[in-house]
Amino acid sequence: MKIYYAPSHEYIKVDGNIGYVGITEYAQKALGNVVYVDMPEVGDQVEAGEDFGAIESVKAASDLIAPASGEVIEVNEALVDNPRLVNEDAMNNWIIKIELSDPAELDQLLDEAAYTKVCEAEH
Amino acid sequence: MADIKKTCLHQCHVDLGAQMSPFGGFDMPIQYRGIVEEHNAVRNACGVFDVSHMGEVDVKGPDAEKFVNYIFTNDVTGAPAGQCFYGMMLHPSGGVVDDLLVYKRGENHFFLVINAANIDKDVDWILSHREGFDVEIDHLSDSLGELAIQGPEAEKVVTEVLGIECADLAFYTFKELTYKGKPIIISRTGYTGEDGFEIYCDHALTVEIWKTLLASGKVEPCGLGCRDTLRFEVGLPLYGDELSDDITPVEAGLSMFVKLDKDNFIGKEAIAKQKAEGPARKLVGLELLDRAIPRHGYEVLNENDEVVGEITTGYHAISVDKSIAMALIDAAYAKLDTPLKVRIRRKTFPAVVVKKKFYKKSYKQ
Repeated sequence: MKIYYAPSHEYIKVDGNIGYVGITEYAQKALGNVVYVDMPEVGDQVEAGEDFGAIESVKAASDLIAPASGEVIEVNEALVDNPRLVNEDAMNNWIIKIELSDPAELDQLLDEAAYTKVCEAEH
Repeated sequence: MADIKKTCLHQCHVDLGAQMSPFGGFDMPIQYRGIVEEHNAVRNACGVFDVSHMGEVDVKGPDAEKFVNYIFTNDVTGAPAGQCFYGMMLHPSGGVVDDLLVYKRGENHFFLVINAANIDKDVDWILSHREGFDVEIDHLSDSLGELAIQGPEAEKVVTEVLGIECADLAFYTFKELTYKGKPIIISRTGYTGEDGFEIYCDHALTVEIWKTLLASGKVEPCGLGCRDTLRFEVGLPLYGDELSDDITPVEAGLSMFVKLDKDNFIGKEAIAKQKAEGPARKLVGLELLDRAIPRHGYEVLNENDEVVGEITTGYHAISVDKSIAMALIDAAYAKLDTPLKVRIRRKTFPAVVVKKKFYKKSYKQ
């Protein structure tokens, strides 16, 4: 699976035309204790660059921005009762699974090296 | 943010790796280890907060008592030295200029502790009303630091780690003493719903006390993040959320701190009128039936989806594990158990009106 990153700190792990979208390790650290993940419904369409939900720490709500467009085919139900899974392992606890409608959009995203530079610049 | 202010402990916060953020014009620590850990340390043991951003104004002179009673809603008449009072300064409209603590230091000598974000506004307000009063007003915010030591272990920590005798202080009283050769004020006050103390002294001593507390290993450094979750759970208001220039103490449920039976004070007429007529809006507690979190500014709706108010503060509360909020709403919907809704982004969630005190205070009486 290839992993792409958005400057807004989401990742998308791509397996064929399926993408697993979550927030990065850097983002979960910056947020602190995650207490709620507001997820879309299965069947919803998400648009690259548009918010598809929100993730909330004790202190604040942050929009979740879709790194690519597509239809939501699954949401991570485990996060409903245990949102802290995002803190425990952000890269494996994806938030939504989408069927990509335009895989060419992935070319606009960052690879790990480029994303690391974005994080360093913010620090 | 070129002119953002720093407290005397700023470097200590940075060295501890705190997450820093602007608050009230100051670059302040939001958290060190984490809001939840710090919150629980204060509920269960002891935490220390740098609250040096708070402002202080000293008022003395032959008319000091008369003047404080004129600008302040609580009644300081004839109080013993060493007494603290909570109350507000009001606009003639009844809206709140600021909420503050007043310390009675001696006959016609008072010490006012004001919110950081309102320092300039408050000092202008105080100075603009002094005419006709024989008082001397000293603005001390830039020369004093303040630490809040809070939690069930606070008395033990202050006594044993700092060596300051404090068991004799009752809740909302203070004393002045010399510590390490310098004058300090220590009061049994706080903003967490737990027992605790607040200490005012110069910058160098503030840093020294902070370092002594942390070195003991018995005190958790706590940021403003958990200061907000702690005060919220026990229903204490924050200026800017539950109080503002446009919100009155009657609406906020704080009438008990407005003494209408004392002589004229600014805002008295408006408050008397509003109390007699009943306020159009009231601050209430809301409990959501879902984990979704109501935040400041979110709309509160009635069952017909009409907007009836907005959230002032909301959290998934740490000590009670529920999504709860304070909200300023149309008084018609303020009765306990009234079903309402909160709009959170694209959805609405059912909520019910509950008491504002979500967690029981543990003050030492």
